[in-house]
Amino acid sequence: MDEELRELYQQVILDHNKSPRNFKKLENANHSAEGYNPLCGDKINLYLVIEDDVVKDVGFQGSGCAISKASASLMTSIVKGMKKEDAERLFEKFHDLVTGKLTDENEIEELGKLAVFAGVRDFPARVKCASLSWHTLISALQDGKKVVSTEE
Amino acid sequence: MNKTAVHTESKIFDIEKIRADYPILKTVVHGKPLCYLDNAATTQKPQAVIDKLVEYYSTMNANIHRGVHYLSELSTKEFEDSRIKIKNFINAKSEKEIIFTKGTTDSLNLAATAFDRGKLKSGDEIIITGMEHHSNIVPWQLIAKDKNIKLRVVPITDTGEIIFEEFEKMINEKTKLVSVVYVSNSLGTVNPVEKIIKTAHRYNLPVILDAAQAIQHLSIDVQKLDCDMLAFSGHKIYGPTGIGVLYGKEKLLNELPPYQGGGDMISKVTFEETTFNSLPYKFEAGTSNIADAIGLGTAIDYISGTGINAIAKHEGELLAYTTERISELPEVKIIGQAKEKSSVLSFVIDNIHPHDVGTFLDFEGVAVRTGHHCTQPVMDRYCIPATTRASFAMYNTKEEVGILINSLKKVIEVFK
Repeated sequence: MDEELRELYQQVILDHNKSPRNFKKLENANHSAEGYNPLCGDKINLYLVIEDDVVKDVGFQGSGCAISKASASLMTSIVKGMKKEDAERLFEKFHDLVTGKLTDENEIEELGKLAVFAGVRDFPARVKCASLSWHTLISALQDGKKVVSTEE
Repeated sequence: MNKTAVHTESKIFDIEKIRADYPILKTVVHGKPLCYLDNAATTQKPQAVIDKLVEYYSTMNANIHRGVHYLSELSTKEFEDSRIKIKNFINAKSEKEIIFTKGTTDSLNLAATAFDRGKLKSGDEIIITGMEHHSNIVPWQLIAKDKNIKLRVVPITDTGEIIFEEFEKMINEKTKLVSVVYVSNSLGTVNPVEKIIKTAHRYNLPVILDAAQAIQHLSIDVQKLDCDMLAFSGHKIYGPTGIGVLYGKEKLLNELPPYQGGGDMISKVTFEETTFNSLPYKFEAGTSNIADAIGLGTAIDYISGTGINAIAKHEGELLAYTTERISELPEVKIIGQAKEKSSVLSFVIDNIHPHDVGTFLDFEGVAVRTGHHCTQPVMDRYCIPATTRASFAMYNTKEEVGILINSLKKVIEVFK
């Protein structure tokens, strides 16, 4: 497989695509949001249980490409137990990573498992796939019940 | 007529010679030769068309229909000659019936607006089908909302064919027109337009055909079809982008009010009132896309030189071969299995999203379209978010189909 392509579709991403974590609707969710990418039809429903500004539980459902599904899966694993403002800060970093603005190796390493999405920066058309779940998370944290679109 | 037919049949379809006419086909993508299978989105341009655009801007650029100087007369003649080429290509009765537009979408918006202003009233009904491109849905929705006009949609079967009996049942005294896609861009279905037109005409209903995916693949004779309007784009028939055509029967076009107002579409203007120009200029406000209209004429010459029937035969063989080869892959499901199909093969692969397929194929040099193809209602009908679509043109080969199949095998392996 081509190096650039292997960089995009790392084993971790293929694995999370195949067996997404937290892939369920949370009946007791007190925050939720729906994300939609009208360009490709990717959809995600995100459910959060937030107590004292901490993400106690998180679940998602939806359909999309491997990048968007793996991104949602990894995002949910990482933000579970995280403080609201930390999750928001992480989103900024993640966004910088996939758009190629984050270049410092140490800073990328600090992102832990999320660093596997570094390859997305070489595929501008796929940035929205990787960031859809994060946009949806921000909306859910702020508890808009509205649908977020990648095109707004 | 017979002589023409024999002449067409005797043409030799030399694929190597055809491929050599398209400079872009030499492109190397990620180290692999380009395998361009996204022709339903847009076709590549032969050198003759590219040269014509350069020639136009280098030797004859001037505004048309107004100047009395040499260049203006030259560009006007080339522009009007192109109209005649199009008239002959679709066998219209008169060049007055050929209106230059920006493309199919613009043509359909023109039709919808003109019908809205001239012929439709609150409570009327318009019939379309379940496999329309958004460009044959939204223009009608825009007028429907303003005027309380009902849009009726002919349902489609699991294989991707319209349910004709439902169409017949939909026609009532409120129905005012029928607008249908000739060849579906996402399913490849060739609709039974002759039958639709005959049935609609029994009730005196005009029929508009969206021929965006038909014009480059099928021999079209508007007089034989007896359609009332027909829309297509230049860029899908080996011509430039930004130019298209709306054919309309002269009598109908005369009955309809103008689409846009401006220069060239008038014969006399005072501040009190305006007298409109004659056909086709009544529908061509402002300076037309002169260069691309002339380029479209060259594309039509090129197609006529190759022979539309020979092209159709070649593409039919490619479609049949691809269908056969892709059926070897048990993970792949073809979306759209109508009996009559043309040049489009849409499919989904178990547990692999079309966008991932598209990215992988790109690295094999293969260009396909992935997504909803501007036919979201079709995707909803089959409960899928998107498909991968391979679509063929005159320059594609069986070797390229082989590359597509091998690339698909690789994608399936990676996602196993």
